[in-house]
Amino acid sequence: MAATGMTQALAPLQPIDHQRAVFADGLALDCGAVVAPLAVAYRTYGKLNAARSNAVLVCHALTGDQYVAETHPLTGKPGWWEAVVGPGKPIDTDRYFVVCANVLGGCMGSSGPPEQMTDSEGRPLGRPWGTDFPNVTIRDMVRAQKRLVDHLGIPRLLAVVGGSMGGMQVLEWAATYPDMVVAAAPIATATYHSAQNIAFHEVGRAAVHGDPDWKGGRYWEDGRIPEKGLSVARMVAHITYLSEAALGRKFGRRLRGASALTFLEDVFEVESYLRYQGSTFVRRFDANSYLTITRAMDYFDLAAEHGGEVAAAFRGSATRFLVASFSSDWLFPTEESRALVRALNAAAANVSFVEIATDKGHDAFLLDEPVFHRALGGFLRGVAAKVGA
Amino acid sequence: MPDAPPDIRFVAKNMRLDLRLIAEMVAPGARVLDIGCGDGQLIEHLIREKGADARGIEIDMAEATEAVAAGLPVIHGDADADLAHYPDGAFDYVLLSRTLQAVERPREVLRQMLRIGRHAIVSFPNFGHWQLRWQLLVTGRMPDNETWDRKWYETPNIHPCTIRDFFALCEMEGYVVERWLAVDDKGLRSPWKRSPWLANLFGEQGLFLLRKG
Repeated sequence: MAATGMTQALAPLQPIDHQRAVFADGLALDCGAVVAPLAVAYRTYGKLNAARSNAVLVCHALTGDQYVAETHPLTGKPGWWEAVVGPGKPIDTDRYFVVCANVLGGCMGSSGPPEQMTDSEGRPLGRPWGTDFPNVTIRDMVRAQKRLVDHLGIPRLLAVVGGSMGGMQVLEWAATYPDMVVAAAPIATATYHSAQNIAFHEVGRAAVHGDPDWKGGRYWEDGRIPEKGLSVARMVAHITYLSEAALGRKFGRRLRGASALTFLEDVFEVESYLRYQGSTFVRRFDANSYLTITRAMDYFDLAAEHGGEVAAAFRGSATRFLVASFSSDWLFPTEESRALVRALNAAAANVSFVEIATDKGHDAFLLDEPVFHRALGGFLRGVAAKVGA
Repeated sequence: MPDAPPDIRFVAKNMRLDLRLIAEMVAPGARVLDIGCGDGQLIEHLIREKGADARGIEIDMAEATEAVAAGLPVIHGDADADLAHYPDGAFDYVLLSRTLQAVERPREVLRQMLRIGRHAIVSFPNFGHWQLRWQLLVTGRMPDNETWDRKWYETPNIHPCTIRDFFALCEMEGYVVERWLAVDDKGLRSPWKRSPWLANLFGEQGLFLLRKG
């Protein structure tokens, strides 16, 4: 299934005309570099009310993007959070003005490795950034979103909501701009990326680095992509998004096209599924973006940004929090959410917390989980009622 | 509550008796933590009727989820593990209604309550009630009635106590009993409130307002 050279080699991502806000003065990053101009690609759903009090910012996860609740322009598939965002859904686009931006470092139109590289004066250099794109942090991503939110004329966000890496951004929003965040819902996330999670990311990066087509990050030069490496990275990551129970339920030990082992060319269904996941991913995601964003997640440690104490990030905060975790999520286990809740309690913050019982693993936050949806929807309605949005 | 809309009066009317009595003890605008808050009935009442900043902890996930879905600030957690993480004096009142007998370390939970709150309000079913004494005396079997309705081998109530036991604990720990009352099983305030001895015999529940000595 892997491309064997010749004509099968995949070309870089199709260029798409994403909706963007461009800020000529750029953005100064935590690493000291400046990205100028700064482009933030985004989508909005619903209408901003006259009081500008009903805006909900959705933050996407590692391989998500701004196409939350509409057909994806590249894949033709439904938006990644249509279970949660839309008319009558928990994040109700009939009530709220929903904004989602492609993260800084991403590959769907925001400034990132596949975009045109610029010099320190902001002049285009006629080549993509590639691996020369500076290291970004979750806080940098949030600062870029802040520029967009200001640009859209939103003085305060009714809520910032996101799962996984999106949840990290939610926490960073609440810590960095507490007065702008009425409510924050960090879902299936943690205040730092664990050693185990960094380890899995490193396997993925090693797979990309080890693909000869990666060419030290300069694969754009000959119009190819490190398809094999990126595909393996996705396969490894995908396992971490599921659970043993979910894999067992979906695939068990079933073979593809055979009822019993033949010891010839047996393929377990789970293998075939993972290969498919890998092969479709490389058609929609840029390898260098994958490296940049996984690094940003690995860098994330909210306590380290606040003198070694998570509670210090939220002391005196008037933001209302909803923390939610999923029982079979071993990538961002409930214990990490509980530690966040305890830190919020230590900061005397107003917090709700539920652990949703499910066997669907980390991915559960994206899927049909009615109890989670009821909790999130109720939380947002409660907050909206309180501020009259 | 003359200004309350009809649906709220309905809620208050149907609220468990001990919750209503607890609500009466809470000053308007107070910061309140309700431990074992269930689906958040009391919290909602305190927020809407008393303008309180009321929050809750509930050990039962389904109940906690109901509360959160109702927009209430409730966390899934338990008294034994979670109180230690709140800062000193974070609340004006920390409430524990009908839960003390079910926690693992009641004495430590009370200590935490009076560390994180200026006042503690505690209610518990009185194990000294005459019916329980009578059942044990006559049948020689563990009590089995409306309040103590689970068999000894499956009851969550691992630390039952009597009203007099609770007075003794408060004395030992140096807590000041600011108010106390006993209620009978019909849910009315009992006439024997002057006498802990009589309350311990006829009171179905004890309700205490404490502060540190």
